[in-house]
Amino acid sequence: MAAPMLRWVGRGRRWTFARVDGGSCHRRGAPTGSTSNRIREQSSVAQQPLYTTQKPRKGEHKWAAVVGLEIHAQISSNSKLFSGSQVRFSAPPNSLVSFFDASLPGTLPVLNRRCVEAAVMTGLALNCHINKKSLFDRKHYFYADLPAGYQITQQRLPIAVNGSLTYGVCAGKKQSQVIPKTVRIKQIQLEQDSGKSLHDDLRSQTLIDLNRAEGQLRVDANISVHHPGEPLGVRTEVKNLNSIRFLAKAIDYEIQRQIDELENGGEILNETRSFHHQLGYTMSMRDKEGKQDYRFMPEPNLPPLVLYDATSLPAGADPQQVINIDQIRETLPELPSVTRERLVQQYGMLLEHSFTLLNEVGLLEFFQNVIKETRAEPKKVTSWVLNTFLGYLKQQNLAVSESPVTPSALAELLDLLDSRAISSAAAKQVFEELWKREGKTPGQIVSEKQLELMEDRGALEQLCHSVMEAHPQVVMDLKEGNPRAINKLIGLVRKATQSRADPAMIKEILEKLSS
Amino acid sequence: MRTMLGRTLREVSAALKQGQITPTELCQKCLSLIKKTKFLNAYITVSEEVALKQAEESEKRYKNGQSLGDLDGIPVAVKDNFSTSGIETTCASNMLKGYIPPYNATVVQKLLDQGALLMGKTNLDEFAMGSGSTDGVFGPVKNPWSYSKQYREKRKQNPHSKNEDSDWLITGGSSGGSAAAVSAFTCYAALGSDTGGSTRNPAAHCGLVGFKPSYGLVSRHGLIPLVNSMDVPGILTRCVDDAAIVLGALAGPDPKDSTTVHDPINKPFMLPSLADVSKLCIGIPKEYLVPELSSEVQSLWSKAADLFESEGAKVLEVSLPHTSYSIVCYHVLCTSEVASNMARFDGLQYGHRCDIDVSTEAMYAATRREGFNDVVRGRILSGNFFLLKENYENYFVKAQKVRRLIANDFVNAFNSGVDVLLTPTTLSEAVPYLEFIKEDNRTRSAQDDIFTQAVNMAGLPAVSIPVALSNQGLPIGLQFIGRAFCDQQLLTVAKWFEKQVQFPVIQLQELMDDCSAVLENEKLASVSLKQ
Repeated sequence: MAAPMLRWVGRGRRWTFARVDGGSCHRRGAPTGSTSNRIREQSSVAQQPLYTTQKPRKGEHKWAAVVGLEIHAQISSNSKLFSGSQVRFSAPPNSLVSFFDASLPGTLPVLNRRCVEAAVMTGLALNCHINKKSLFDRKHYFYADLPAGYQITQQRLPIAVNGSLTYGVCAGKKQSQVIPKTVRIKQIQLEQDSGKSLHDDLRSQTLIDLNRAEGQLRVDANISVHHPGEPLGVRTEVKNLNSIRFLAKAIDYEIQRQIDELENGGEILNETRSFHHQLGYTMSMRDKEGKQDYRFMPEPNLPPLVLYDATSLPAGADPQQVINIDQIRETLPELPSVTRERLVQQYGMLLEHSFTLLNEVGLLEFFQNVIKETRAEPKKVTSWVLNTFLGYLKQQNLAVSESPVTPSALAELLDLLDSRAISSAAAKQVFEELWKREGKTPGQIVSEKQLELMEDRGALEQLCHSVMEAHPQVVMDLKEGNPRAINKLIGLVRKATQSRADPAMIKEILEKLSS
Repeated sequence: MRTMLGRTLREVSAALKQGQITPTELCQKCLSLIKKTKFLNAYITVSEEVALKQAEESEKRYKNGQSLGDLDGIPVAVKDNFSTSGIETTCASNMLKGYIPPYNATVVQKLLDQGALLMGKTNLDEFAMGSGSTDGVFGPVKNPWSYSKQYREKRKQNPHSKNEDSDWLITGGSSGGSAAAVSAFTCYAALGSDTGGSTRNPAAHCGLVGFKPSYGLVSRHGLIPLVNSMDVPGILTRCVDDAAIVLGALAGPDPKDSTTVHDPINKPFMLPSLADVSKLCIGIPKEYLVPELSSEVQSLWSKAADLFESEGAKVLEVSLPHTSYSIVCYHVLCTSEVASNMARFDGLQYGHRCDIDVSTEAMYAATRREGFNDVVRGRILSGNFFLLKENYENYFVKAQKVRRLIANDFVNAFNSGVDVLLTPTTLSEAVPYLEFIKEDNRTRSAQDDIFTQAVNMAGLPAVSIPVALSNQGLPIGLQFIGRAFCDQQLLTVAKWFEKQVQFPVIQLQELMDDCSAVLENEKLASVSLKQ
């Protein structure tokens, strides 16, 4: 199967199959399969926002919700978790399937070193305790896209446990205030991804793709509500949420549904539910088999996974045969929270701006490259990168890497602005020209379009004079004290200068000429 | 020339090197004998074309002086639960009829890389679940000793002996096809598998050396598993030196099997001839003296101990106190792993698929009902029961703890200074098929694995050595058990013992007339332990 996955918490599942001709083709919620390499992570977010139905009436209890997420994330690796076959997105179906992936009898799993390193690195990044010894287990269920009849995972003793992740939530009137929150990570486990089932309802067939390099992130959410101070409520599990937006919607819906249910005298069943993302509600999956017993047992073909650190590393150990946690720690890049703090400290930027810089892939690097090459103030750079540059990208739905404007070009442009060689308005014009990808530098564009700031006061005075002559009525208004008249004249002059003049200077000249 | 088939692997290898016979000639002789002994049902598939082609290539190498070593040109057979590229691999089950693996098991590949000729795939109990080689979909394997001069003469003396045709003996199992193939001279060595005694048991019944290597010494990649944590490829040969040669070719770490060990092992496994055993300490586990043990086996066992003692070895009684829990513990662990390992046989990708298509679940159920025999289905059912969440702690976890105790018993015995343990391999000699099938598979397996199974729990090396013929003229074997990864030491002791007992060669004259000529020069050595 497919790509390696890391799984953060919980369990998952996958739409199931029926590859039978002519009969009923049911889709039921199968337990999660994973055959790619993946990390599964369980975070128990014990969020405690208090919920009430509409307006709380006097004496009415408030509700608290508890949410736990099981996150299935595919590991970025060249080959699969337990076999040598490649992992490649959108490869032709079943083109990357080894004998092991197809579960041919007699084949054995061989653990992928890169996946273990990725799991350790994830564990370190999430402040987890890394288990020096972890174990693999088999989780059994019958499903067509699970050819072995079991999935290899880490149920009993996973590779990392007890971590935490601190993040910020935007709040306040303009969502400009960032409130720090912490989520606890219960465990991180390496898990094989299952195959993919494609249901052809028309022909009552299901097609299986054992490449398994599909969904890169999938989340199952466990949700319950209770009255603060009372025991936790019965939880439901909403499965297979594949975007952050749907995750949030599903959780909100499910919390409200449970509250409504309980307040109307109903009860919450411990069940799996699916989220209808178009209609925005969750519904019971009504798995007719009821609760699955996965009959976990140790995977006998994989010895315990033993990790070392500097103190436990055996002398003379072959570096190819051992994994050193301390060594991985050294290669850990700066974590986002540290980067954000540094940005705030170093450039005096607002925390929310630092979030934006980090949330867009490549944007931080772009920003830093501009900073490196320009004399402009960091605040100016931040503003241009986050407003103008990011605005253009968003408008055209481009990634940073696809930007027609290079960091050097933006840096040069900001230098021109900083040295007052051009006005802000002209700078915007230059930026727009740069976006056209014609291969010109900002300097070339400025000189071709004659966008330099008019430094010649005499010439500007001449221009102001001509404008006033051409618009006697406006001049009259001005003299009669109409406050809007001056702005109109400034506008006319700027237009005549193609925005190359400093509006303050124009105003000063106009005032002098009309007095 | 005519005596080639009766030789040991090492002898025939020397003959090939000296040009006394060519690989093709040898291959054809074996093929012809395979045909003559077809009624033994030792082979499920005879890979005649493959073998002849390999023989041709081997012959070229010998002509060019580029022999690959001791195994070049040697006919071998492989139990039909090892994957063989391009050759049907059935596990003697309807489930895998017609399944042709696209790859070779590592051990098969290693044999081929050494120039061995693959004669065919041998019969077994379905998925190696059994101790008689009677429970496969291709029918039972017949023990060549049923047709031996030694057995027949004894039977004539017995006025109660029944109808000869229905009175044939089982080979033991589950690697009975491999044992019969070597015993009937159709090949010089065969691979078995050993999970609870499946190589040693038929070796004892067929008068062969049956060797179970240390767990982790030989790759399991490509061996269709019974119990992953206990399975090892086993070796069946006519003498200890031959087993060592084959082990030398097979042993070593395999990147495709993460349970193989990387520590360097002495290779090749050339066995020294022990001049004296005075520095040896032989342990006799007292718990192995069970009431069911036949008096003949018991007597040979004690004679063997006396032999060591008389030659100067120290012989100690040792205790393996948890032995009696081995069978029940094995039952839980074996069936649990079976339930898991058999889950992949669902009719979707390979092997048998039923005609039912109302739903996927119905298809699974019918496929598995049709594909597996009662024994396999019974074990799947038990195993799934033991693995249920509510039962896991009470059965599986407890069985694992008992397994640890059993393994520790051996550790303690070896720590007390014992070099090897000496035990019976089986309770008695081979029994007639009609006798054997009176009990169900489960009962028989429980009885027959009693001396062999604990070794698999502990991952130790063990070898069954043919010792003498019983009063009925049938082979009896004794087992030596060594320290983990002291396979060479174990075989060295076994080789010394083998030399002392001079077990007789099977005489199949009455059965195969040209075999009589083949074998006529082999003298029936005196049996030093004869009662």
